[in-house]
Amino acid sequence: MTVSPQQPVVQLSDVSKSFGEVKAVDKVSFDIKRGEFFSILGPSGCGKTTTLRLLAGFEEPDEDGGEVRLLGETVNKKRPYERKIAMVFQNYALFPHLDVARNVSFGLEQRKTPKIEIEGRVRRALEMVRLKPDMFSHRMPGQLSGGQRQRVALARALVLEPAILLLDEPLGAIDLKLRKEMQLELKALNQQLGTTFVYVTHDQEEALTMSDRIAVMDNGRVAQLGTPAEIYENPRTAFVARFIGESNFFEGLARRAGTAWEVRQQNGACFQVPPHPALANDKPIRIAVRPEWLDVQTPDAVPPGENALTGVVREIIYLGETLHVIVTVPGSGDVTVALRNEGQLIKPLAWKKGDTAAVAWLPEDCQILEEE
Amino acid sequence: MGAFRERALAWLYSRPEARAWALLAPAGFWLVAFFLVPLLIMFVYSLMPRGIYGGVEPGFTLAHYTRFFDPLYLQVLQRTFAWSIACTVICLVLGYPVAYVIARSRRWRTLLLFLVVLPFWTSFLVRTFAMIFLMRDTGLINSWMLKLSVIQEPLTILYTPFAVMTGLVYGFLPFMILPIYASLEKLDPSLHEAAEVLGARPLARFRRVTLPLSMPGVVAGSLLVFIPALGSFLTSDLLGGAKQVMIGNLVQNQFSSARNWPFGSAASFIVMALVLAAVMWYLRVKDAGARIEPAK
Amino acid sequence: MNTPIPRWLIGLTAVVYFFLHLPVLVLVVFSFNDSKFSVDWRGFTLQWYQRLWERPDILRGLKASLIVGSAATVISAVLGTLLALALARQRFRGRRALEGFLFVPIVTPEIVTGISLLLLFALLKFPLGLTTITIAHVAFCISFVVIVVLARLQGMDENLEEAAMILGADEITTFWKITVPQLWPGILSGALLAFTMSFDDFVITSFVSGPGSSTLPIVVYGMVRKNVEPSINAISTIILFATAILIYLADRLARAK
Repeated sequence: MTVSPQQPVVQLSDVSKSFGEVKAVDKVSFDIKRGEFFSILGPSGCGKTTTLRLLAGFEEPDEDGGEVRLLGETVNKKRPYERKIAMVFQNYALFPHLDVARNVSFGLEQRKTPKIEIEGRVRRALEMVRLKPDMFSHRMPGQLSGGQRQRVALARALVLEPAILLLDEPLGAIDLKLRKEMQLELKALNQQLGTTFVYVTHDQEEALTMSDRIAVMDNGRVAQLGTPAEIYENPRTAFVARFIGESNFFEGLARRAGTAWEVRQQNGACFQVPPHPALANDKPIRIAVRPEWLDVQTPDAVPPGENALTGVVREIIYLGETLHVIVTVPGSGDVTVALRNEGQLIKPLAWKKGDTAAVAWLPEDCQILEEE
Repeated sequence: MGAFRERALAWLYSRPEARAWALLAPAGFWLVAFFLVPLLIMFVYSLMPRGIYGGVEPGFTLAHYTRFFDPLYLQVLQRTFAWSIACTVICLVLGYPVAYVIARSRRWRTLLLFLVVLPFWTSFLVRTFAMIFLMRDTGLINSWMLKLSVIQEPLTILYTPFAVMTGLVYGFLPFMILPIYASLEKLDPSLHEAAEVLGARPLARFRRVTLPLSMPGVVAGSLLVFIPALGSFLTSDLLGGAKQVMIGNLVQNQFSSARNWPFGSAASFIVMALVLAAVMWYLRVKDAGARIEPAK
Repeated sequence: MNTPIPRWLIGLTAVVYFFLHLPVLVLVVFSFNDSKFSVDWRGFTLQWYQRLWERPDILRGLKASLIVGSAATVISAVLGTLLALALARQRFRGRRALEGFLFVPIVTPEIVTGISLLLLFALLKFPLGLTTITIAHVAFCISFVVIVVLARLQGMDENLEEAAMILGADEITTFWKITVPQLWPGILSGALLAFTMSFDDFVITSFVSGPGSSTLPIVVYGMVRKNVEPSINAISTIILFATAILIYLADRLARAK
């Protein structure tokens, strides 16, 4: 069944999957476009792997648990080998009793591809993942390093020229430096081949680096779906704000103040927020402000128009590129401010532990959070 | 062929329980037919009166079980029990130190373990015969002691309780050593170091750290010796002669010379009951102990 | 621990090892003794081994043991593997109970199993012979095969089968191309174990064998009872070495990747 270039290649509509009493996936819906690098991001137990397995066919949705459509076809009841989809597993799952070439050609053999064709395609697949065919074809998986095994697993999937490739935390067991390298390679492959990548990870940095769009999952539901910039800069809920990067939270009751909106805290402090549909008089509101959007100022020297809350400097952490100044603000707890390090030896920070200081930010540099 | 395969796959996929049962059925049938059912027959027989030729005739009786209150048969039960316990204790006394040494040694460990496991797998019959070869009147022990003039006449070693006990210990000692070794090997050495730093001397360290934590192994090993000892037959048969009768021999007797199948079945059932009781007790103790094991 | 092992412990251990192995060593050594009755060493000879060839009862017993052993091994290997697959891969009610139940044949005294099977065959008026022996052996060998194969299955990467399926192999193909090759050392190991248990079995066999169907252990038992000649040492030595080799192979296979 062919799909027009505009139609999504993956469609989940209200898909649910329960294991006994537990709902691992709860009415999840999203579409994935052709050629997209789509990540499903979340902490352990959020349902991301189950969602991937539903796409693969290793799990079936509940009886009235929605529809999974691949390339325009509903595949709820289809077995994995009936779906035109490829997958790379977290621990590679290379067949230990077959050498690299036989591993890679396995899928082609299942499709009864003629032998002459297989050899050529295997070679090209290995070259694509930067493994020299002459060196690696006859090695056994047990003789390979983790990174090499991952490449073979990738080659085994890509040799089938799939429309959709599923990846289940493939870089989890690989060390940092190699991981960064492989992230770039995967992204390059996605763009080069035009294959749709569905990537599951718990590493938010990874997701932000590689993805065209990210679905952030929490407790079986999609908390937010958007581009990396949307997710990072406009987190919709406290969960997303906390999971992606760091956030400071401020809460209080909203109040109209002329044309603008104000949030008043219990202790009387108050700050301005931009207009937002969720705002209503006397409604409890929570906002998220990222550390890099804050500044530290002397309480009476705050520039006009900026919000400011006063507190005491608790700690200053030296991180090389940045400095984190932690200010304990009554009513809001510990607030982390990220300041660019301009060289402590030449131009040291004006603040030190114990000083009274104000954390300040521009009213529009905040994210108004929705209920979870 | 293709169509058959499709249908087989569809059927396999649609009913997971059916799939499971298809795999289970052959072995399940065999075990039920040739293990469970015979046991049931044995139990039923034990409650029927003895027939003319030694088999059974219709009816119900508890006579075969009450017969065990007869001092003659009670003695057999007591002896079996006593010897099994004695064997277990001796194996524990001999086995624990060996397990300890193996667990402590690094260089020789593989070899030592191999030498303990080896007897496990050699034919019990052959090993029992080895004992006979040593212990009989014309056996090696006697002939060497005669030669060295330690004794004037051959000692009767064979066909004594001593012979049977030796044979039992010889047969079951590896079963005690291995579980205790496994338990000791899992012991975290930092526990000993902590005890040492807190001022405990070697003996105290053993008594208060090693010994309690190796208890699961001790219990497992004890059961692995006690249970087969209860049901043992060959050892007392070949090494004990007519006088050192254990319950296993009693059972065998009923099916050969004594020709009393229902009584033999009752005796057999009693052995089985004792064994099962020991196993259930072990399972209970194991679960209770699991809660006390140290967190890793 | 830094304190060395006390000398007396090492001494005790040596004594125990001595005790465990000396009798059998003696047995083996004296199978080469050139003397029929005496336990004095009279010289090296292979005559007792040659005598074995001349004894029809031993040769018949060996043949019977091999036939029963092979049949029982094949049957219990197949049944046991299927059962292990069910336990490892399928979810069904009573799975826990079945796993526990598997230990019962191992724990049950041989005398009890032997008797009960005799009663069964007598009730069915089934003649005792190689068939009944084989049936009995399979009954107790299944558990051993299941344990070995199950251990191997549980150690197996479950993703392998999923990987095969997503690459286009259906359940049947996956089973033959991926599961079985992985499982094979385990199955072989279990089979060797079953063969050894069958070959060495005396007690159960003695109850379910008929007059013309004595296996090797039964013949040896008869020889021991009648207290004949060093041929017993010879046949014992052979049995010892044969089973030791089988067990060694089974162990290597169980550990193979």
